[in-house]
Amino acid sequence: MVDVTPEKIEHVGPAEVPEVDLYHAHSWWTKYVFCQDAKVIAIQYGCTAVAIGLVGLVLSWIMRLQLGFPEFFSFISPELYLQFVTMHGMIMVIYLLTALFLGSFGNYLIPLMVGARDMVFPYVNMLSFWVYLIAVLVLCASFFVPGGPTGAGWTLYPPQAILSGTPGSGAGIVLMLVSLALFIVGFTMGGLNYVVTILQARTRGMTLMRMPLTIWGIFTATVLALLAFPALFVSAIMMTLDSVLGTSFFMPAIVEFGEQLAYGGGSPVLFQHLFWFFGHPEVYIVALPAFGIVSDLLSIHARRHIFGYRMMVWAIVGIGALSFVVWAHHMYVSGMNPYFGFFFATTTLIIAVPTALKVYNWTLTLWRGDIHLTIPMLFAIAFIITFVNGGITGLFLGNVVVDVPLSDTMFVVAHFHMVMGVAPILVVFGAIYHWFPLMSGRMLNNAMGQFHFWVTFVGAYLIYFPMHYLGFIGVPRRYWEIGETSFIPDSADSLNAFITVAALIVGFAQVVFIYNIIVSVFRGEKAERNPWKATSLEWQTETVPPGHGNFGEEAPVVYRWAYSFSVPGTVDDYVPQNVHPDYVKK
Amino acid sequence: MSEADVTQSATPAGRPDGLQGVVADFASDQRAFKNVHWGKAMMWIFLLSDTFIFSSFLISYMTVRISTVVPWPFPSDVFALHMFGADIPLILIAIMTFILITSSGTMALAVNFGYRQDRKTTTILLIVTALLGASFVGMQVFEWSKLIHEGVRPWGNPFGAAQFGSTFFMITGFHGLHVSVGVLFLFIVARKVWRGDYDNERRGYFTSRKGTYDIVESMGLYWHFVDLVWVFIFAFFYLW
Repeated sequence: MVDVTPEKIEHVGPAEVPEVDLYHAHSWWTKYVFCQDAKVIAIQYGCTAVAIGLVGLVLSWIMRLQLGFPEFFSFISPELYLQFVTMHGMIMVIYLLTALFLGSFGNYLIPLMVGARDMVFPYVNMLSFWVYLIAVLVLCASFFVPGGPTGAGWTLYPPQAILSGTPGSGAGIVLMLVSLALFIVGFTMGGLNYVVTILQARTRGMTLMRMPLTIWGIFTATVLALLAFPALFVSAIMMTLDSVLGTSFFMPAIVEFGEQLAYGGGSPVLFQHLFWFFGHPEVYIVALPAFGIVSDLLSIHARRHIFGYRMMVWAIVGIGALSFVVWAHHMYVSGMNPYFGFFFATTTLIIAVPTALKVYNWTLTLWRGDIHLTIPMLFAIAFIITFVNGGITGLFLGNVVVDVPLSDTMFVVAHFHMVMGVAPILVVFGAIYHWFPLMSGRMLNNAMGQFHFWVTFVGAYLIYFPMHYLGFIGVPRRYWEIGETSFIPDSADSLNAFITVAALIVGFAQVVFIYNIIVSVFRGEKAERNPWKATSLEWQTETVPPGHGNFGEEAPVVYRWAYSFSVPGTVDDYVPQNVHPDYVKK
Repeated sequence: MSEADVTQSATPAGRPDGLQGVVADFASDQRAFKNVHWGKAMMWIFLLSDTFIFSSFLISYMTVRISTVVPWPFPSDVFALHMFGADIPLILIAIMTFILITSSGTMALAVNFGYRQDRKTTTILLIVTALLGASFVGMQVFEWSKLIHEGVRPWGNPFGAAQFGSTFFMITGFHGLHVSVGVLFLFIVARKVWRGDYDNERRGYFTSRKGTYDIVESMGLYWHFVDLVWVFIFAFFYLW
C-alpha cells in the first residue's frame, strides 16, 4: 500500500491565531454550573438532551401500547394519543437529536479536534445552553397547562393546529411555538461559535482538508441549521400571532362547528413551505454529523484510512447545499402545482448521488481493513446497513406517483424512523461508546454494551420492517385506532401487537445503556490514554479527560490528516496528527 | 522579464491555479479568512442567518398579499401625513429613511476613527449614530400610533385586507426591535470607547474578555445590515 497522506508534509507556518485569553472559574458555580468551558457545556447539553429524549421514549411506548393493544389501556384517550405523537416527534427531532449532535458532540469535539483551547466566544456559548434549557422547560410546561400540549402532529400544520378541535389548541400550541423560538435563539448562539471556531481558530497545520470528517459533518450541519432555522423561527412567530392576536397569516376563511370564524385570506400552504424549508435541511442537520462521526469510527476501528477523503468532504458539502432545494417533496399531497412536484422529485433523486457515494466509500474503507468488532464499530456498521435501508425507501417516497398512495401511511413512519431516527441514533450510541473513555477516563462495560447493541439493532428491524408492510396495505399513520376497516386484514392487528412488544424490549435495552453509563462513570475500568489508538487531536491531550484549555503549555502542531493508519514502514499502525515526521517510529 | 516569468510569478510555487486555487486558499492553514478577527467573522455569519429571517418575513408578506381576496390598502394614502393643509404621501417615511441612511454614514466614520484610536471623535460619532437610530425608532412609534389611532390593528383595518396590519406591525416591529437593540449597543460601545476600554484592555463585565476597536467595526456591520434591511422593507411596503 502506498502512503495515502493526500498532501506532502511541508513546512508548518507560524501561528496566526492569537493565544486565547482563557476564562478562569472563580467559584464552584462558575466551574460546574455557569461554566464557559465547551467541554462542560457539552456535557450539560448532552444530559439535558438525553433527559428530554427519555420523555420522548416513554411517549413512544404509550403510543405503541395503544396501537398494539387498542381498547386495553383506557387511560389513553384519542386526544392524549395525538398529543403524544406530536410531542414524541418534536422532542426526538429537535430537542434530542439536534441538541445532541451539535450542542453536545459539537461543543466537545470541535475545539479538541481542531486544536483550539475553547470556542471563540465561550460566554455566548454558555448562554446557548441556558437558553436551550429554558426552551426544554417551556416545552415540558406545556404538559401541565389546561388542555395539555399541542396535538397537531410534529409538523404543526395550520389551520388545524390552532382550531379548537385539536387538543392543546390554546396554551399548548403557544408554548410549543415559544419553546421552538427559544431553541432557535439558543442554537444560533452556539452555532455561530461552532462555525467561527472551525473557520478561524484552528491550530498550526490544521488546514480544512486535514480536519477529521466528524468536524466537516458538524460544520456543514451547523451552517445548514443557521440558514434553515430562520424559516421555522418566522413561522413560529406568525403562528403565535395567528393564535394569540387573531391575525390571518396562515388562516383561510374557515367554518368551525357551523360558525364562521373571524379568520380569512391567509395561506396554509405558506406555512408548509416555511416549515419544510426548515424541515428538510433539519434531516441533514441530524444526518451530516452522523455521516462524519461514522466515517471516523469506521476508519479508526478498521485501522484503515478513510476511502476518498476529498470526495467525502465534497459529498457532505454537496448534500448540504442540495438539501435546500428539495423541501417540497414533503408536500406532494398538499395541492401544489404538479410541475413543482416534478422539480422537487428530480432534486430529491439527485441527492441520492452524493449519498450513495458516501456509502460506497464507507464500504471501501472496510475493504481489506483490520476490522476490530468493538462496540463503536458494531454501531457504525449497523448504521451503514440501516441507512441504506432507510435511504432506499426514500427513493420510493421521492417520486410523486409512488408517494401519493403511500403518504400518510405507516410506510412513511417506517421510512423516516429508519433513516433519520434509528440510523443517527445508532451513530450517537457508537460515538458515546467511542468517546466515553475520553470524557470520563473510564471504559463502558463491554458485556452490557454487546447486549445493548444487539437488542437495539435487531429490535429496530423487528419494529420497522413490518411497519413498511403495514404501510403498503394501507394502515394510516397518526390514527388512534383503526377499528373495523374493510381493506385492512386482521393480521395487521397481530403485527401491530408484535411491533409493540419489540418496541418495549428495545426500550428496555436503552435503560440498560443508561445504567451502564451511570455505573461506568464511577466504577468503570480505567481507560488507557488512547484506547482506540486514534490519530486525531482529542486523544493527544496532556491529561485524560482533557483539562481546561484542552492542551498543555504548547498547542499541538498538525503535520498530516487524521487517517494515517497502517502506514507502511512505521512501527505502530497509526501516526497521530501531531507527531513530527522526524519522530515517527520507522 | 519574459512572459513565462510573469505567469510563473502569478502563481506561487505549489499553489494551484483558478478555482482550485480559491479552494486551496480558503482551506489553508489555521484561518479561512485571513486577518478577519473572530467577532467580525461571527457577525457576518449571524447577519447571513438574519438575512434568512428577514427574507422569510418578506416572502411571507408577499404570499399573504397575493393569497388574500380583499383589496390591499393603497400605501400612498395610508402613509400620508396631513401637513400644511395638504396630504403629503410618504413624507414621514422619506424622512425616516433619510435619517437611517445618514446614520450609516456616521457609523462608517466612527469605524474609521476607531481604528485611528481617536477616542473622542469615535465616541461622538457613535452617539450621533445612536441618536439618529433612536429618532428613527421614535418616528416609527409616531407612525404606529397614528395607524393605531386610525383603527389599524393586527387582525383588521378599515382600509382593506387584514393582512396589511398584521404584516406591517410584525415586520416593521421586528426591524424596529433590531434598531432598538442596535441603539442600546451603540451606547454601550460608545461608553467603552470613551472610557478607553479598548486601549487599556479592560475586561468585559460579563465575558471577562479584553476588547479591541474591532468591536466598533462589528457594531458597524450590524448597523449597516439593519439599514440595508430597511431599504427592502421600505420598497416592499411603501412603494409596492
